[in-house]
Amino acid sequence: MKQYILRRLGYSVLSLVLLSLTIFLFIRLTGDPATLLTEPGASADDIQAVRHKLGLDRPIWEQYAWFVFSLLRGDLGDSFYYQTPVLELYMSRLPNSLTLAVAAMGFSLVLGIPSGILASVRVGKFWDNVGKIFALLGLSVPSFLVGLLMILFFSVYLQWLPSSGTGGISHLLMPAFALGWYFAAAHMRMTRSSMLEVLGSEYVKLARLKGLPESIVIAKHAFKNALIPVLTLAGINLIQMINVAVVVETVFAWPGIGRLLYEGVSFRDFPVVQGIVILGGAMIVVTNLLVDIVYAMIDPRIRMEN
Amino acid sequence: MSATAISRPATKTARLSDIPVFPIAVLVFITLVAIFADFLAPHDPQFGNLAERFRPPFWIAGGSIDHALGTDHLGRDVMSRLIFGARVSLVVGFTAVIFAGVVGTALGILSGYLGGWVDQVVMRIVDTWLALPALTFAIFLAAIVGPSEMNIVIILGAVYWTRYARIVRGEVLSLKEREFVRLAIVAGCSKLTIMRRHILPNVINSAIVLASLMLGVVIVAEASLSFLGVGVPPPKPAWGVMLSDGKQGLMVGYWWLTVMPGIAIALLVLSANLLGDWLRVKLDPQLRQL
Repeated sequence: MKQYILRRLGYSVLSLVLLSLTIFLFIRLTGDPATLLTEPGASADDIQAVRHKLGLDRPIWEQYAWFVFSLLRGDLGDSFYYQTPVLELYMSRLPNSLTLAVAAMGFSLVLGIPSGILASVRVGKFWDNVGKIFALLGLSVPSFLVGLLMILFFSVYLQWLPSSGTGGISHLLMPAFALGWYFAAAHMRMTRSSMLEVLGSEYVKLARLKGLPESIVIAKHAFKNALIPVLTLAGINLIQMINVAVVVETVFAWPGIGRLLYEGVSFRDFPVVQGIVILGGAMIVVTNLLVDIVYAMIDPRIRMEN
Repeated sequence: MSATAISRPATKTARLSDIPVFPIAVLVFITLVAIFADFLAPHDPQFGNLAERFRPPFWIAGGSIDHALGTDHLGRDVMSRLIFGARVSLVVGFTAVIFAGVVGTALGILSGYLGGWVDQVVMRIVDTWLALPALTFAIFLAAIVGPSEMNIVIILGAVYWTRYARIVRGEVLSLKEREFVRLAIVAGCSKLTIMRRHILPNVINSAIVLASLMLGVVIVAEASLSFLGVGVPPPKPAWGVMLSDGKQGLMVGYWWLTVMPGIAIALLVLSANLLGDWLRVKLDPQLRQL
């Protein structure tokens, strides 16, 4: 067990190193990173100063070491626009992103799990097909389009819900649905296939042979076991939601990390863009590590592998 | 993916009734529109008459058949922009999917067949790049290289090749153990020949299925980037740019500026996904679980 965790940990550290290396190299790919990392319209002296600060006159491996060293200290540079450290900005927006992600996750689970169960119990029948269409639309219609159409309908015509900003529950409903639909579709598919797998297993057959009513077989024997992969996916998706919300947050002017990224791009605020990519990637690497460890703790077969 | 060789059931030839008519019809229609955009579009997509801004579609009072789907905030004809926008979406979508597919398949084959340090290096890069949130990564790259159609293709290729590499590598690992590959080794074929003649033809099915599934993803990604202002640069009529422009008119009820490009994107992506799903089931039973 200890060995398994240590090896996973090693992989994750390697991933983080490669992540930093990727970002570092891409910034240098197009030539002079100083032009990206100085404010637009800066003087030649300013550019020279940044060049010196980044050590661009020194060998590249020294530059990289300095880059990693800054990251380890939590120094992601300062935003040009807000004139504050990027990490501080990120942290100030994170609660909003989490609120949105949790609400969207709620939507996606409430819609996805029951419809997935229904579809698995009625394979090939009416509800299965309804579910398929719902999932296909969720996976096909881009979230920003869902958002725009909802604004048109609920804010402009019906005037029920506010079209942008934060506040009470009413501000949260539309962005959460626009973000959550795609994931509801994914969770529905996962629930369906996971349920189908469990429903074909020996212990479900036994439960049926014992003469248990079908509702108990489904709820107690099948559903409980089918839920594990769905919840794992949901856990990973919660982190994904924070990182893919950029279009939805832009549509609804929701002040989360996605909106910060949009501002960063619009104001040519490169340190912000860079910081969000690095933190997003790091977040996902750490989540994957945690999922692996939790899985190994639950399921001994995994840690015996390799 | 398991390392045992799974004997694949013979691919059933598609019966005529099985062929998904709706998505193919939509895709063919949009492709034809894109090809013949110059003949079909009634107006110039990039220039408008400011005197005729915010005209509604023709069936609403104030609209005219001259601008059948209305005009936008600069008086440009929405239908003409939609027609030329089809070209942008398809060209970017297809080239990016092919670019990502070629790079990903090649690296997947090399990684899977050669193994050793090549495999280690490629797969560690794949793992790392997969951890980067796709859209955020694309925005980051766009911020570095600047917006242009060409750059979007390269960016989307750079973001999505990892999907192909991982799946192709898995397939290669099981193909490697099969008799015909071993016989080829015994017969003295070079590694390059084996990869090209024996491995590639056997993974191309999966790559095509994946490509058809990625088409929708890539088109949405392009629309999202354009919507955010880091995709196709503005005077060009991309659907994502149209949606972004239309947002200004949304609150005052100029719904056609949002709904028209919205329908176009949704139809295209839906068709691509339907076709991809069908191909997946037909061509590659191993990918059904995807």
